[in-house]
Amino acid sequence: MKAIPILRPRAPTDDHPLVKITLSAITIGFIALFLFMPLLTVFAEALAKGWAMAEDALVEPDAFAAIRLTLITAAIAVPLNMIFGLAASWAIAKFDFWGKNLLITLIDIPFSVSPVVSGLVFVLIFGLQGWLGQWLRDNDIKIVFALPGIVLATIFVTFPFVARELIPLMTDQGRDEEEAAVSLGASGWSTFFRVTLPNIKWALLYGVLLCNARAMGEFGAVSVVSGHIRGLTNTMPLHVEVLYNDYQYVGAFAVASVLALLALVTLVLKSVLEWRFADEIAAGHRH
Amino acid sequence: MGFTLFYLSAIVLIPLAALIIRPWEPGFADFWKEITAPRVLAALKLSFGASAIAAAINGVFGLIVAWVLVRYRFPGKKIVDALVDLPFALPTAVAGIALSALYASNGWLGGPLEKAGIKIAYTPRGVIVALIFIGLPFVVRTLQPVLSDLSRDSEEAAATLGATRFQTFRRVILPTLAPTLLTGTAMAFARAVGEYGSVIFIAGNLPMVSEITPLLIIIKLQEYDYAGAAAIGVVMLAVSFVFLFALNALQAMVSARR
Repeated sequence: MKAIPILRPRAPTDDHPLVKITLSAITIGFIALFLFMPLLTVFAEALAKGWAMAEDALVEPDAFAAIRLTLITAAIAVPLNMIFGLAASWAIAKFDFWGKNLLITLIDIPFSVSPVVSGLVFVLIFGLQGWLGQWLRDNDIKIVFALPGIVLATIFVTFPFVARELIPLMTDQGRDEEEAAVSLGASGWSTFFRVTLPNIKWALLYGVLLCNARAMGEFGAVSVVSGHIRGLTNTMPLHVEVLYNDYQYVGAFAVASVLALLALVTLVLKSVLEWRFADEIAAGHRH
Repeated sequence: MGFTLFYLSAIVLIPLAALIIRPWEPGFADFWKEITAPRVLAALKLSFGASAIAAAINGVFGLIVAWVLVRYRFPGKKIVDALVDLPFALPTAVAGIALSALYASNGWLGGPLEKAGIKIAYTPRGVIVALIFIGLPFVVRTLQPVLSDLSRDSEEAAATLGATRFQTFRRVILPTLAPTLLTGTAMAFARAVGEYGSVIFIAGNLPMVSEITPLLIIIKLQEYDYAGAAAIGVVMLAVSFVFLFALNALQAMVSARR
């Protein structure tokens, strides 16, 4: 017997196939045009004159110094913000105090401030004409146009990432488990390491991942405080800028493609975390 | 708790206070003269105008993208979904040089467009393109969870009562989504106003024409005009605060309605 094809009528809440195709095409076209093509351009331009040229651009000393500076900056800024994120969300989720909502809003400030303004504030304090400028000069301490300024600006712009992921999750989880642990005689630290931390580990990792991506890629804020001294205060994104403005396109795009690869790795890990531990991240799709 | 407050004050609050106090030192008249200088006004106009256009475009296309990603199935959907976050993950300087290479007159898109008489790179249109890139995920990611939570009951009811699919969308779905769409678009706008890295390479940075406000701050700093830089910085900061509180209020409204 021949199987009769079953023609299922369209559900009333389903869009017309033509609408579906049109909207899907718009989506794919828009994403391809505005997101995928720029990404492709980075790699295409880097390899425009062959692998060897791109490789040379990555191993020359200035590029090497930039990679080193970026890694050092992230290695300082990310752990500090992780500790702060843990402390802040612990305080907000597990204790009651006056001004809690204000604190949550304040934590979010760096996200809504222009990166350039974030850098500017540190120049106004530590720069030559800044509040502490004269004193720092007299004592021969360099902050702006040196590593400390770059680290400070990076900490500022990546400040909210970890706290933002943890606050909603820890608030949801409440404090019952911690109270049980304490009533059974656990100390504060062992409650934290044995009860709280296992409950939030994936969300913490998620926050750290985003924090790190931004720390390594930050441009505007760091650009203001760095001074663009080649081989000394140029992070990778700044090195990209310097090379590009020098018309060394292959070099600029070679360094840029390393950063783009970092972004892709971040996206993959992020998707894996979202897919595998959706419930344990719980803060949902936010940034 | 003590640590939280100390760290927050040291890293965020005290530096911001330094910015807010600074421009008043020479007096209000100087501050006013600074921010009403023609070059500053032109930059503010460009920053806000381009951001508004980009946010509007993102509002429309972001809604379509979110709708397709939540409601439809097609091969490669996971990849498209993950790509939406690219602007969050890709360093802005990388995005900047990529967009500028793509839309320059010898670029993949810039070439054909220029033949058609449309110049994108090194014009205010380039600024808009960069701001669309940077703002899209805000709209999509804000809408997605709300769209997937949207119950289909009311859509079914509307269909039962004889509404066409378009009527259902306009009368039932859109009003429910409106506050969320507004939130996402406002977030995209707020981000766009302050954006620097992805814009400066493609903008061309002609004073009075394609020079954005954040760049003007950097130019003032390079001229050691700290008071001038701080004055513009304060204006931008004030705008951020207004948006931050408006968004918080909007979100409170949305969650109260749910």
